[in-house]
Amino acid sequence: MSECRTESRLEKVMRAGHLGVTSECGPPRGSDPAEVREKGALIKDHVDAVNVTDNQTAMTRMSSLAACVHLKLEGIEPVLQMVTRDRNRVALQSDILGAASFDINNMLCLSGDHQSFGDCAQGQNVHDLDSMQLVQTARHMRDEGKFLGGADIKRPPKMFVGAAANPFADPFEIRIPRLAKKIACGAEFIQTQCIYNIDKFKEWMKRAVDRGLTEKAFIMAGMTPMKSVGMAKYMKNKVPGMDVPEEIIKRLAGVDKKAQAQEGIDICVEHIQQLKEVEGVAGFHIMAIEWEEKVPEIVERSGLYPRPEV
Amino acid sequence: MRLKIPTNFRIVRLPCTGKLDLIHVLRSFEKGADGVFAVGCMEGDCHFNQGNFRARKRIEQAAQLLDKVGVGGERVRMYNLSSGEGPLFAQYATEMVELIKKLGPNPIKQMKQKKTDAAAA
Amino acid sequence: MIIAEKKPIEEIIEEVKDFDRILVLGCNECVTVCEAGGKKEVEVLASALRMYFITQGKEKTIGERTLERQCDHEYLEEIRGNIDDYDAVISLACGVGVQFCAEKYLEMPLLPGVNTVCLGANEDRGLWTERCQACGTCVLARTGGICPVSRCAKRVLNGPCGGSTGGKCEISKDTDCAWQLIVDRLKALDKMDDYEKVAPIKDWSTDRAGGPRTVTREDVKI
Repeated sequence: MSECRTESRLEKVMRAGHLGVTSECGPPRGSDPAEVREKGALIKDHVDAVNVTDNQTAMTRMSSLAACVHLKLEGIEPVLQMVTRDRNRVALQSDILGAASFDINNMLCLSGDHQSFGDCAQGQNVHDLDSMQLVQTARHMRDEGKFLGGADIKRPPKMFVGAAANPFADPFEIRIPRLAKKIACGAEFIQTQCIYNIDKFKEWMKRAVDRGLTEKAFIMAGMTPMKSVGMAKYMKNKVPGMDVPEEIIKRLAGVDKKAQAQEGIDICVEHIQQLKEVEGVAGFHIMAIEWEEKVPEIVERSGLYPRPEV
Repeated sequence: MRLKIPTNFRIVRLPCTGKLDLIHVLRSFEKGADGVFAVGCMEGDCHFNQGNFRARKRIEQAAQLLDKVGVGGERVRMYNLSSGEGPLFAQYATEMVELIKKLGPNPIKQMKQKKTDAAAA
Repeated sequence: MIIAEKKPIEEIIEEVKDFDRILVLGCNECVTVCEAGGKKEVEVLASALRMYFITQGKEKTIGERTLERQCDHEYLEEIRGNIDDYDAVISLACGVGVQFCAEKYLEMPLLPGVNTVCLGANEDRGLWTERCQACGTCVLARTGGICPVSRCAKRVLNGPCGGSTGGKCEISKDTDCAWQLIVDRLKALDKMDDYEKVAPIKDWSTDRAGGPRTVTREDVKI
């Protein structure tokens, strides 16, 4: 794909034809920056960029933007996640400028989990824009150098703009049209929901390739290692839009409880190795939830280490 | 008092112009009228207080709508006079007829005529 | 009641121009009272559409019908027998009626003929104003019977904000400051002591924010 549009390292890696690697870091439920720095240090050398979640599952946490700044100051490239649940277009544009002022070069646009899942179930939600409109907003601010209100921005934000996709949600027939819509809105990279059903993902990916979408955006496969059979069952039964095949559960249940975590890592590595060969896969987004220390092992064993210099 | 008034319009009597409804005006055009004018009492003299004000609003609504559907809002008008002003009624009627002649026939009627002619040919 | 406003006829024409047989469907409830979608408005819209399409040299069938309500099954069933005579329906009911009709007639294109505006009152001839946002947890007992949720532009529960000037809201000199009205009324009720009670953080889960709402009444279900 053509030349770089931003200073994003993630963009440079993928445009150069390498598989990109990102991971994620959930900010703490408190104000201690050390936690963010520690998580960042664990994965720093094994990824191109680190997503910082935005009050995920609607649990109130340190702001994504503040945590991104802490990572940036440690020399780690952050991906600012922004949900449209909590902020209107004034605040979203304002935070994009704030992030750009620290030369944060990547953002991921999401609608966010409903507040009823979190610790403020009685709260209002905003949803002034939806995730696609946030993608458009970020691209508009970057490419036109203008606010939504029409005025010029002094030093426009230079964000590499991403969005999420779930290959497994219902109804399946609109999965690709919806992806196409996000890309048409200006999404330059896509990070998918955690993949466990490899066959179904391959089918989705094939359709994305057939439609030419992989020519227009980098699709990064989302991977989350299972810590235990309990986690696998929970993901299968309780998390909406998650597709965990029975054989994964059987495989985890088949080993001793103490060995399940290692089995989960092994499955994750095998999946990455398989998906590396799938046409259209431009990288991996490894979400090791509260298990950041395992990211280096996964990256190394998957043959994605060392990360390219760009 | 023998006044000369045009003969090519039909008077529809209402107990008060407040009885005039928007749909009456529209239907007149649907049925081929070239123009409609409402004649009410002097403003402030309505026996029902506001009848002629309501009529004026409805004539305005009709004008706006007729503009939007391609018939022309200038084909409707509201006049006010008192019951003793026969000559003024004649003058308004003449004025309206001249205006309509200048505007030509109602396009609805013309289109319907064209269709009939085409069917006959 | 639900307050609605007629859509501009240009917008309606644009939506229906490709259909040949169109039913204009009114509703005898709220939209009749606020003169946006009752029998009279059905007649006017149908007549206007007929004239428009004739001037365009197009042949269309424009039907007219007004139901007692469009938010109840039994009334919507009344058109089942002849709905197939049409290619599209313009519903002049509020958003509730349009959707209920659409749910019932899956394959019939359904177009709204009004914009549903708010829950409000007929304050004066030709003037309808908002009074309620259906937040699901009424606070009127504590605010002198005047609603800060629907009538304060910031939904401030401990108002007024600093923008209140001469009894008017900072967004417009034509908009009353809800909190001025509340204070006036608390004074009239001799309940100004209530003003100093801090309104707690509101539970918005009963508002639209909590997701689509339902009322289930086991005592009336059959």
